Amino acid sequence: MSELTLGYFLRRLGMWLLTIWIGATLIFTIPRLAPGDPITAMVERMIQQAGYIENSADLIEAWRARFGLDGPWHVQYRNYLLSMVRVDLGYSLANFPARVTDIIGRSLPWTLGMVSIATILSFCAGNLIGALMAWRRVPAFIRNILPVSLTFTSIPFFMFGILLISFLAFKWKIFPAFGNYGRGVEPGWNLDFILSVLHHGLLPVLSIVVTSMGFWALGMRGMMVTTDGEDYMILANAKGLRSRRIFWFYGIRNSMLPQVTALALNLGAVAGGSLLVELIFGYPGLGYFLYQAIISADYTVIQGIVFMLIVGVATAVLILDLLYPMIDPRITYSKGQA
Amino acid sequence: MTAATTIDSVDTVTVDRGPAEQDAILDIRNLQVFYSTPTGDVRAVDNVSFKVQRGEIIGLVGESGCGKTTTAMAILRLVQPPGRIAGGEINLDSVNLADLEGDDLRETRWTKLSLIPQGAMNSLNPVMRISSQIKDTIRTHEGRISNRELKERILQLLQLVGLPSRVYDMYPHELSGGMKQRACIAMAIALDPVLVIADEPTSALDVVVQRVVGETLLDVKERLGVSMIVIGHDMGLMAQLVDRLAVMYAGRIVEFAPVESIFNEQFHPYTQLLIESIPSIKEKKPLKLTEGLTHDLRTHMQGCIFQLRCPHVMDICREENPPMRALRSRHETACHLYDDDGVRLH
Repeated sequence: MSELTLGYFLRRLGMWLLTIWIGATLIFTIPRLAPGDPITAMVERMIQQAGYIENSADLIEAWRARFGLDGPWHVQYRNYLLSMVRVDLGYSLANFPARVTDIIGRSLPWTLGMVSIATILSFCAGNLIGALMAWRRVPAFIRNILPVSLTFTSIPFFMFGILLISFLAFKWKIFPAFGNYGRGVEPGWNLDFILSVLHHGLLPVLSIVVTSMGFWALGMRGMMVTTDGEDYMILANAKGLRSRRIFWFYGIRNSMLPQVTALALNLGAVAGGSLLVELIFGYPGLGYFLYQAIISADYTVIQGIVFMLIVGVATAVLILDLLYPMIDPRITYSKGQA
Repeated sequence: MTAATTIDSVDTVTVDRGPAEQDAILDIRNLQVFYSTPTGDVRAVDNVSFKVQRGEIIGLVGESGCGKTTTAMAILRLVQPPGRIAGGEINLDSVNLADLEGDDLRETRWTKLSLIPQGAMNSLNPVMRISSQIKDTIRTHEGRISNRELKERILQLLQLVGLPSRVYDMYPHELSGGMKQRACIAMAIALDPVLVIADEPTSALDVVVQRVVGETLLDVKERLGVSMIVIGHDMGLMAQLVDRLAVMYAGRIVEFAPVESIFNEQFHPYTQLLIESIPSIKEKKPLKLTEGLTHDLRTHMQGCIFQLRCPHVMDICREENPPMRALRSRHETACHLYDDDGVRLH
């Protein structure tokens, strides 16, 4: 078993940088392929609203210079990359004095907290349910009840979210319908605030967990059935090991490997999927602000948020890549080995 | 051979085996293992009885699907649904394994009887080090043991089966097929069981490694005095390894004899065909034993189970099931072709 080497870490880090660079380039390119430019579009919208704006052509020129949209594309590209490296994402077009980094800084922790908790819960619960469904030593009545918990998998999570809001928030008023914490609660490390955050976060987390754990459960059940037929499971039984040890260290431990790969592959979808949830629950995370930015054609904010999502997913994949050889010894850190 | 000498030898052996009979470590009586299917039970093992003496190696041979592995799995109580032990006794050290349940069964496993699995390739947990897989077995049955003591014990086991100590920290995928099989042997003897069942211990290994594994098994048996049941197709390995050989056909034992005796003289037509089909370098023999003519194991056959494939089938074979009889000293066969002294009738 080879230990984690600097070479492996640097190679993976290189992949991480490459991913982010390609992502950043796409973000830079795609809006510029579209006809027109955001400044003109915005000024034209203002003209429509206000009726007339003096010197609109000058205004457009000045703003283009202010947002770095003048000059040839390679200069723009260089400036863009430099500002990305400095984590300077520019100003919001729609709310001009606000910096994009401030908007992201305010909303990112909420998304990160909510989505990562929801993903971890869904992954753990789903895999456990799936494993139990395939485990012959679980009493039959429990094995028959388990699939019921997966009925919500076929419902899109935003529909389920709306269902939760209409019953738990509006009809029975058990949970708040929107927001991240209650009004009149002082943010900080105090019990009131933490409870309020949990109270507000429960419904969005629930809607993601309940609708997505079936995905993990079904994958896990299939893997567990396969694993259960392996020779080492027969030997584990013959060795007289306790049922629990066989379940966790022989069954789940081996069935987990493809699930972790699937988790890495699905992180992008998880991040993207949370956007709609935030919108429905009025949860002020990245998704909520991304939606606001899209309807107000706030290109710089869109770019910034998408960039953050790319960085986030790439980082999560990097971490999983570094962890993978630890959970599967057959994958080594060293180069050129099977 | 005359009838008189045969009777003599049977008598002397019976006297010889008096104390040995009492020393039977495993006594299987009328074991039945059925697999339920929508169209009825498949009688995979039907009324199998045999004894294994202390320190003896029994070979179990027969074609694929004849019930060798099912017999072994039944002894280990590892028959998976839809299979079940439908009847009989499996007395190991005067405890009937067929009656054990739950923790009693779990605690008996590996402390009394262990398994060297078929296809050692996949029999080790790929995500655990060899040492951990032996450790968890010892810890489960013997409770807490200091790490140092445990490590010393495992290194001794590895040495006993001829593995270098570096194997201790290795994962299964880092070992060759022969090393994996020897790691499995080390694991099988970790708790000093009275009986080891080796299910095709040398299949999927090259001939040199087969030989090495066979010698390791013999060595282990001689050092520990453990009894073994070795299942396999490999007649060469059987000749090298076992004391007595049981030939199974369609879920029953049709011939059971000391290995030299059975290689010298086969009574049951199936055994004759089986031994004849061992390939020889000296001559090209036509294959007489054809496949796929075994009767439907879901129906209880009237008469002898081998009647459909037997070249010497007689009228009585279609009516009466031949009982196991000692035709030579300790050489038992279930066939109507012979009288009680092993003289062929037709």
